[in-house]
Amino acid sequence: MSLSAMALRDAATMLRRDLRHSVRYPMMTVGGLMVPVFLLLLFVGVFGNTLRAGLGGAPPAGGHYIDYLAPGILVMTAGASAAATAINVCTDMNEGIIARFRTMAITRTSVLTGQVLGSLTRTVVSGVLVVVVAIGLGFRPTATPVEWAAAAGVFALLTLSLTWLTIAFGLQAKTPAGANSLSLIPQFLPFISSAFVPTASMPAGVRWFAENQPFTPIINTLRGLLTNGQIGNSAVISVSWCVGLTVVGYLWARARYNHYPAR
Amino acid sequence: MNAAGPAVRVRGLRKAYGEKVVLDGIDLDIADGTVFALLGPNGAGKTTTVQILSTLIDADAGEVHIGGFDLGSEPRAVRRAIGVTGQFSAVDYLLTGRENLLLMADLHHLDRSSGRPRVTELLERFDLVDAAGQMVMKYSGGMRRRLDLAMTLIGDPRIIFLDEPTTGLDPRSRHTMWQITRDLVAGGVTVLLTTQNLDEADQLAARIAVLDRGHIVAEGTPDDLKRGIAGGRARLHFGDLGALTDAERVLAKGASDVRALVLDVPTDATPQSLRAILDALDAHAVPVDSVTVHTADLDDVFFALTGTSPHTKEVPA
Repeated sequence: MSLSAMALRDAATMLRRDLRHSVRYPMMTVGGLMVPVFLLLLFVGVFGNTLRAGLGGAPPAGGHYIDYLAPGILVMTAGASAAATAINVCTDMNEGIIARFRTMAITRTSVLTGQVLGSLTRTVVSGVLVVVVAIGLGFRPTATPVEWAAAAGVFALLTLSLTWLTIAFGLQAKTPAGANSLSLIPQFLPFISSAFVPTASMPAGVRWFAENQPFTPIINTLRGLLTNGQIGNSAVISVSWCVGLTVVGYLWARARYNHYPAR
Repeated sequence: MNAAGPAVRVRGLRKAYGEKVVLDGIDLDIADGTVFALLGPNGAGKTTTVQILSTLIDADAGEVHIGGFDLGSEPRAVRRAIGVTGQFSAVDYLLTGRENLLLMADLHHLDRSSGRPRVTELLERFDLVDAAGQMVMKYSGGMRRRLDLAMTLIGDPRIIFLDEPTTGLDPRSRHTMWQITRDLVAGGVTVLLTTQNLDEADQLAARIAVLDRGHIVAEGTPDDLKRGIAGGRARLHFGDLGALTDAERVLAKGASDVRALVLDVPTDATPQSLRAILDALDAHAVPVDSVTVHTADLDDVFFALTGTSPHTKEVPA
């Protein structure tokens, strides 16, 4: 068997292991899904009318607040799911079986690749469910099939970058609690972005931060694709952020994994 | 693999964590198809040795050949030759016993037709058939350890490292592990066993190295070690204090206990040396009531070499 065929096979084996874990211990997956659904209900049901009144022309003409909100919540889904990944990885690395994997003639990073693929699968499932719930609450996307595909691509790329980053968090942290603290970053950054209100409505300092952090261009791109908003150069900036964070996360995670004991 | 060479050959192995030297230049030769025990107290460097030999951590210095492969330049070939069962279970708690074994079969790239029968065979051999469909989380300590070893065996390794395989097990499970180890060696496998249990080393190992604070302080067969240590003694029992005092004067060695009226005399316990003691007493007409002979066991070896002495066998002088 060639080296790359072996790498693929090992990664597929590790993915099966990871997916089995989520079936056996579904609380992390369900928890990652609860947060975005809860936020969706909170911002639509509780704050929806007030926010809609304050937004002026930001949502598409004739649109409801949920049309503005849903793309932002979708991005928070990726953040919440990534947090679960950090905890999963940290817990896993404390298990003896990881030491066993290291002593076996298998592709070294296949454990991590399996976890990335598993997390990607879970997040995509969560993302689909969030979109379904949003549509149930009145979200009316106007995307063409090509725009849907592009949105799915951006979402997958975002998930990939956040997953590699949170896997690095999980390897870096000594305890699952520490991993959880680090993973608050991708969970809370969307609050200071264009997820809930346009950045134009924010005070100068906050506005500068919100406009220059990665989540805003990503949310604007998704919003543009799904509801005909302005995309502009957001797409290029989003892809650059995602690729950059993926590379950083991957190299960081690999370095931590090869450094034994990992903590 | 070089048939003439040892299964494991270690020269000048060193490892330090900052200021703390864990291994201070150890040499090991483990013959093919034998059990070699690395015996030592906690913190002696046993686990560090296994971690280095199993490619988990790098040594600071030294040469290691495993199955004929150089550890430094061919770690992948070494990983293919070895199997490791550590003192902390290397099993996946969220999978069932069977799934754990199938995971190993997949990682060894066994195809379905050879992997599944192998898994079934190991479940039977390790008495895990009834628990095969249960999550490992619900397994007892002994079951986990058996599954752990079964997982190690999926790849049919020729060299197995057992790092304290019976620590924390009840006596029955311990004897099961011992029997499994014996069966493995009968099948031609080489085993490096680390243990703090002297009885275990004595039971299983063809050769023993005693590791203490990063040094190998003795090495040989269990009998070599017992013989090399002045742990053997003849205990002479006397009828009265006068005889004891006379015997002490005549023999000019040993430790006496005036209350029990006994004298412990160091001896290698051969008939010649026992006769010499008794002849000397006879020549001075010192009456001896009875003699008991105590040969050194590995406890004596261990405590004599490592200087740790949780229980004293010496008679107070």
